[in-house]
Amino acid sequence: MKKEGQIRIPSGCAISGIINKDGRRIDGSGISKSIAVMHDRSNGLGGGFAGYGIYPEYKDYYAFHIFFTDAEAKRQCETFIESHFDIINQSELPTKKIPEITDEPLIWRYFVTPRPAKLLESQLDEEEYTLRCVFVMNTRYSGVFVFSSGKNMGVFKAVGFPEDVARFYRLDEYAGYSWIAHGRYPTNTPGWWGGAHPFAILDFSVVHNGEISSYDANRRFIEMFGYKCTLQTDTEVITYIWDYLVRRKKLTLTEAAEVIAAPFWEKINAMPDKDRERLTYLRTAYPSLLVTGPFSIIVGFKGGLLALNDRLKLRSMVAAEKNQTVYIASEECAIREIESSFDKVWAPVGGEPVLVRLNGDLS
Amino acid sequence: MPINYEDNIYEVIRNRERCINCRVCERQCANLVHKYSAETGEMVSDSMTCVDCQRCVSLCPTKALKIIKNINTYRDNANWSESAIKSLYKQAESGGVLLSSMGTPEPYPVYWDKILINASQVTNPSIDPLREPMETRVSLSRRPQNVERDGEGNIVNTIKNALTLSVPIMFSAMSYGSISYNAHKSLAIAAKKLGIFYNTGEGGLHRDFYEYGANTIVQVASGRFGVYKDYLDAGAAVEIKMGQGAKPGIGGHLPGEKIVDDVSKTRMIPKGTDAISPAPHHDIYSIEDLRQLVFSLKEATNYTKPVIVKIAAVHNIAAIASGIARSGADIIAIDGFRGGTGAAPTRIRDNVGIPVELALACVDTRLREEGIRNDIALVVGGSIRNSADIVKAVALGADAVYIATGALLALGCHLCRSCHLGKCNWGIATQNPELVKRLNPETGSVRLINLVTAWKHEIEEMMGGMGINSIEALRGNRLMLRGIGLTNKELEILGIYHAGE
Amino acid sequence: MKKIYVQEEWCLKCRLCEYVCAYANSGCENIVFALKNRPISPRITVEDDGKICFAVSCRHCDDPSCLKGCISGAISKADGVVRIDKNKCVGCLTCVLSCPYGAISVGPEGTATKCELCIGNAGGTPMCVRFCPNRAIICE
Repeated sequence: MKKEGQIRIPSGCAISGIINKDGRRIDGSGISKSIAVMHDRSNGLGGGFAGYGIYPEYKDYYAFHIFFTDAEAKRQCETFIESHFDIINQSELPTKKIPEITDEPLIWRYFVTPRPAKLLESQLDEEEYTLRCVFVMNTRYSGVFVFSSGKNMGVFKAVGFPEDVARFYRLDEYAGYSWIAHGRYPTNTPGWWGGAHPFAILDFSVVHNGEISSYDANRRFIEMFGYKCTLQTDTEVITYIWDYLVRRKKLTLTEAAEVIAAPFWEKINAMPDKDRERLTYLRTAYPSLLVTGPFSIIVGFKGGLLALNDRLKLRSMVAAEKNQTVYIASEECAIREIESSFDKVWAPVGGEPVLVRLNGDLS
Repeated sequence: MPINYEDNIYEVIRNRERCINCRVCERQCANLVHKYSAETGEMVSDSMTCVDCQRCVSLCPTKALKIIKNINTYRDNANWSESAIKSLYKQAESGGVLLSSMGTPEPYPVYWDKILINASQVTNPSIDPLREPMETRVSLSRRPQNVERDGEGNIVNTIKNALTLSVPIMFSAMSYGSISYNAHKSLAIAAKKLGIFYNTGEGGLHRDFYEYGANTIVQVASGRFGVYKDYLDAGAAVEIKMGQGAKPGIGGHLPGEKIVDDVSKTRMIPKGTDAISPAPHHDIYSIEDLRQLVFSLKEATNYTKPVIVKIAAVHNIAAIASGIARSGADIIAIDGFRGGTGAAPTRIRDNVGIPVELALACVDTRLREEGIRNDIALVVGGSIRNSADIVKAVALGADAVYIATGALLALGCHLCRSCHLGKCNWGIATQNPELVKRLNPETGSVRLINLVTAWKHEIEEMMGGMGINSIEALRGNRLMLRGIGLTNKELEILGIYHAGE
Repeated sequence: MKKIYVQEEWCLKCRLCEYVCAYANSGCENIVFALKNRPISPRITVEDDGKICFAVSCRHCDDPSCLKGCISGAISKADGVVRIDKNKCVGCLTCVLSCPYGAISVGPEGTATKCELCIGNAGGTPMCVRFCPNRAIICE
């Protein structure tokens, strides 16, 4: 049987996200409880989390979380890392053996910074350099998968139910100002851990519910620009789209949302001049990055979260606010599990992003 | 008198029980097949000159006529087919090049028919186009590399000259001269009402049609017929015709008898002279010359109009398209070898070029490999027969399609492939005023509008089935396609999986 | 009431209108039985002088000369349609002579006939309009 990456596996899912706008750091047990409520939305074939602000002591270094299938893969990959980065710290990612999680690969964490000479030689900026190195590692070496590569953030994912994945990675020992979580219901056995979500590149991480019908149009576009969709999942391509539009094309997050879930032409044509011009431009310039089909996504980035539904709102998504904390989840119960009363609770309109940022520069 | 080797290909069969001698067939046949015999009081037919255009059959009020293949049989020979023998006789008789019209009838593979479309089940909802918005609008233009912002940080819309189509279909180039005034008028009216574009072809633009300029693509071909400032300014886009799918590598030849009054004025050549388009553009002997012509036309039109470069699908199409994408052109149009023509040497039409499906797939793939696919729009034509062909073309990577044969069929053409004879009984491929008047643009344009509208509905249905509600999410979405009965190599070129994979 | 107009620009002189008119007014269900080996008497005829051609049928005039001249009271006009009651018609043919358009002719029974917009027939659009292949005859 083919493993994920060799075939495309559609999935149903649950997603959840929490952010403290005041930058207060909380451990991963809350998000784990939240996603666990939506147990039936996943089937034990994938779960994962991303936390932001979890590595304050290494906040200036890229934190690579890497799966290796064996020691040989690890050795090859480490040779590559050593020749391209200065490794500040490397260690096995702390895990806890539990019966619900099996077949784990080798899971290692490296805090790195690009080697200055190599960076200079590449004529790239630091982020682009790092991104390209990640793609080299993920495509050149079999049995290697870099699943987290941002700064002061980390992804934790595995095959299993999300609440078990949280226990496995001991998330209660980390503290972050924002967390996103994912429970997966793939229609096929993934075969390995790479396909679990969140999906991340540099500081962007994405959890996603739905199956996008524009997948191959999006993939074939984004692959023109150095991205490699090695896992053939919707979430992977969506993550790269955010990176491309925001980091490379310098669009704002809201503008990027206007590309990904562009309003219908009928709506655009009825807008005031300034909006109409902008949206006409965005739809004409990036038609291949329109994402169609059902999706609800939460995008984690340095200093904030963004939630977005497809423009027809074909997947459920609820948001709520209490004091300085904003919650987003597939179902309201997932929020009520961890917060009993809200200042505000609402169902975001399809195609209109919910953007939450930390107050001031607290990241 | 020498032996006449020719024999009729078709035979007119008249049902005497039904024929009422109304003589409608006689009046409608420009080939003089039917005749009333006062002596016998009956209609007689001379099948020798019949081209099987079906005009008489369509108009016969009692349905007393049918045209069948002449069953006179040569000895079976799998190598020397009857048509091969007849062609040879014809050339032994005439000493000339064989001429044909419309797309090749030879049984080459039609890849559209070997591709299947996907639909949603369970994991993804299909969308009902009657209840939900469904977008088929496309914009054809170069797309900018970088986002520009004004002083306040607002995005500046730098895409000013895109061709915006309500549905990804355009009427492709057919010159005034090769087709009639009324055919052109039908296309122009329909393009305007549909919010799409028609293409003048290489014969210039009749003064009467300048009013449809906003929906007109004006063509500049190697003969430069009718090209001058007003003409370039009149259209919404300028197309440089480098080649035509039906006759790659050769030019065109419109015989003097078709250069009548208005055609001569529009083409800006003397009445009755042959209009000969050279095989190459004599100012383009290489790709860098093309770039000069692209920018000459842009200069001439003050950078207000996109420039299309139309090429025939030939073996190294991917490399050529890549060169064009870097030439400054905004749109590449690829014409496949099954595409139509008003007249072409038969051997060239039937043997030169490659199918548009493969050309499209390899060009789209190559442009993506080079990272320049988003810089340019891709339009394909050359035997798009229905809405499913369009869905497949878009999913393979086309921004839009060109239709011409399909448009002519909507106007009444029955594909008798006798355009080069100039006696089109349907008033399409003729300049004979008596025949031209048979195509009333009022009905012609309505039929074109009906066709495109029907196809739009079908495209929406198929998109909805795939859970896609905007055509741009279909473009290049090859996972929505599967091959059926194709070899590994064909699948590799098309960039699709086989059904069941 | 709608009237029949001709657009001579689009008349192909194929004369289909004449035959379908004769069929429509024949009372026969089958077009072959109606028209084969019979003299036909269409109420619309194509005029053609070699330069210009068009189909002519009753104009249903505002002030019809035929009605004024009818000696037997067979011609009447109601709802904009001029009609002939063949039971009252005595076949004097005054109407044929007085029609400025030549739109009235003698029918197979010796009485005057003319276009009555197919209102007595299968209904809807007049047959000549329906079957004109080039929209040269319209009913508006």
